[in-house]
Amino acid sequence: MAMLRPRACSAETKYCPGCGHGIANRILAEVLEESGRDKRAIGAIGVGCSSLMPDTFDIDCVQAPHGRAAAVAVGLKRCRPDCAVFAYQGDGDALAIGLSETMWAAIRNERITVIFVNNGTFGMTGGQMAPTTLEGQKTSTTPMGRDAGATGRPLDIIKILRGLDIAYLARGSLSGSADIATAKKYLMSAFDAQDAGYGYSFVEMLSPCPTNWGMSPSDAMKHINGVVRQTYPTGEFLRGGGNE
Amino acid sequence: MKELMKGNEAFAEAAIRAGCRFFAGYPITPQSEVLEYLSRRMPEVGGVFIQSESELAGISMVYGAAAAGFRAMTSSSGPGYSLLQEGISYIASAELPCVVMDVMRYGSGLGDIFTGQSDYWQAVYNGGHGDYRTIVYAPSSVQEMADLTVMAFGKAEERRNPVTILSDASISQMMAPVELPAMACHDPDAPAWALKGKGNGHFKRHTSVMYYMNEYDGYVRAKYEKIEKEDQRWESLETEDAEIVLVAYGISSRICEEAMRSARAQGRRVGLIRPISLYPYPVNAFDGLAPRAFLSVEMSALGQMARDVALACGMRAPVYSMLGGTRLYSCSDVEARIGEILGAAHGAF
Ligand SMILES: Cc1ncc(C[n+]2csc(CCOP(=O)(O)OP(=O)(O)O)c2C)c(N)n1
Ligand code: SF4
Repeated sequence: MAMLRPRACSAETKYCPGCGHGIANRILAEVLEESGRDKRAIGAIGVGCSSLMPDTFDIDCVQAPHGRAAAVAVGLKRCRPDCAVFAYQGDGDALAIGLSETMWAAIRNERITVIFVNNGTFGMTGGQMAPTTLEGQKTSTTPMGRDAGATGRPLDIIKILRGLDIAYLARGSLSGSADIATAKKYLMSAFDAQDAGYGYSFVEMLSPCPTNWGMSPSDAMKHINGVVRQTYPTGEFLRGGGNE
Repeated sequence: MKELMKGNEAFAEAAIRAGCRFFAGYPITPQSEVLEYLSRRMPEVGGVFIQSESELAGISMVYGAAAAGFRAMTSSSGPGYSLLQEGISYIASAELPCVVMDVMRYGSGLGDIFTGQSDYWQAVYNGGHGDYRTIVYAPSSVQEMADLTVMAFGKAEERRNPVTILSDASISQMMAPVELPAMACHDPDAPAWALKGKGNGHFKRHTSVMYYMNEYDGYVRAKYEKIEKEDQRWESLETEDAEIVLVAYGISSRICEEAMRSARAQGRRVGLIRPISLYPYPVNAFDGLAPRAFLSVEMSALGQMARDVALACGMRAPVYSMLGGTRLYSCSDVEARIGEILGAAHGAF
């Protein structure tokens, strides 16, 4: 069977082989096109390997400053309330340098959709520790493995966002075809919540970075399913019109 | 009909009348009246007002709004102006228009809230990273605040570049009658750069343009050379026959104008150049002038503008600098300095 590529994925992505960003881009494009939102979608793209996205993703977008994609998305959405506005960010972008912008867009229950790609590392800059890096995980700045005593525990943003009056909150995984299909459904629900005017929606995706994990693409997938998920359980956590 | 307004309010109202429909900012003295005024006024005209969580977020929201085709702005003072620089660099790089006001207070770090002119370097020579400039206008009255604000929005779009209104605590806090501009309409769908979703057409992206251009270096150079050639603004007062030409902007130019009038009344040939655009610096104002000395007067400790005066006049005459910061000069201080310089210049002959 011929695989039809979404129109928005106009060219081969520039990510490493086996990278989760390529999958995330693809399902995002599918969701936008299947719901007809591609025509009125605008993205605020984070800095990280996400920055490679505008090169091959034919949707209106703004390259945001590092960490500020949610704030850029807020500016876009408040001006263009009928557009489907999303922020697309990595874990360093959304949770380290941009935690304030992430939190405040959620606290104000802004009608944007944040797509958060959690690969447990700073991919673009060569695999340093991210807020989401697992305990004991070796990275280029935690050569002995992440020490929670010195660097804190891995940041589970879902736990924090869950306490807020927001519209939709889910964590999916890009580590297998069934999971990818579920993650795609989460994305669709997130945009539905935005369009319904319920407010802020956030979808995290556990994503492989084979390059910086030092694993083959298939081992990276197995690693998510066997290890990463223990720290970051998947599922839908909030759904509907906020705290109804 | 004129209305009595503070400089900050004149800025806010003029922006509304220029068609600005998006403001995001964070409180800081002495610019908070802008937020207070717009929190009431923006909703009246169907615009967006956001008290952002920080200046970093505020300017990023402005970036989003500008990308959507809206006339958008923010304002701050010293410490907050530093945080705006990240976004300003991105907006300049993406070649989007926006207006930013810095109401200067005095000092580095937290500084203090009294008036000053010590953000000149930051505003005029890029507070942010990279090869860009922002066009900088310095009002010296409440009326001029309103007029320059309207001009700033037009210029920002014409040049596709951020425009800075460099005010100071005195100009922003003083009250004066002001003739407000007529209400103008801005259609956010009209600009070529306005994002609204690709519809049935081709998508648009706003990013640091260099990645997508072959001749980026030359392009940027040409862009700013054109601005430097065409966008200089200044006011010259009695410079033709002047033995000494004062150079000052903003609040200092008001003190200097008074000093100049007083000195003229006593038969001293004193002139004044008042730069209105600080970038591009009005070098043309210095053409053909041959006074015995120039005196640059500014409220900073290090003399931030003085070297621009030296460059602009080509050092055809000695350039003196009169500085103030924690200790402010008055009109009579400037007059006394004029006397000293002319005395010294006489002695040198
Ligand atoms: C202000 C600023 N600081 C640092 C950087 C360098 N930088 C680029 S991407 C990045 C981290 C990206 O990591 P993440 O958000 O996890 O995305 P990934 O590359 O893993 O997808 C950093 C620190 C930058 N571009 N801007
Ligand atoms: S470094 Fe990691 S996140 Fe970046 S493209 Fe490669 S695999 Fe993907």
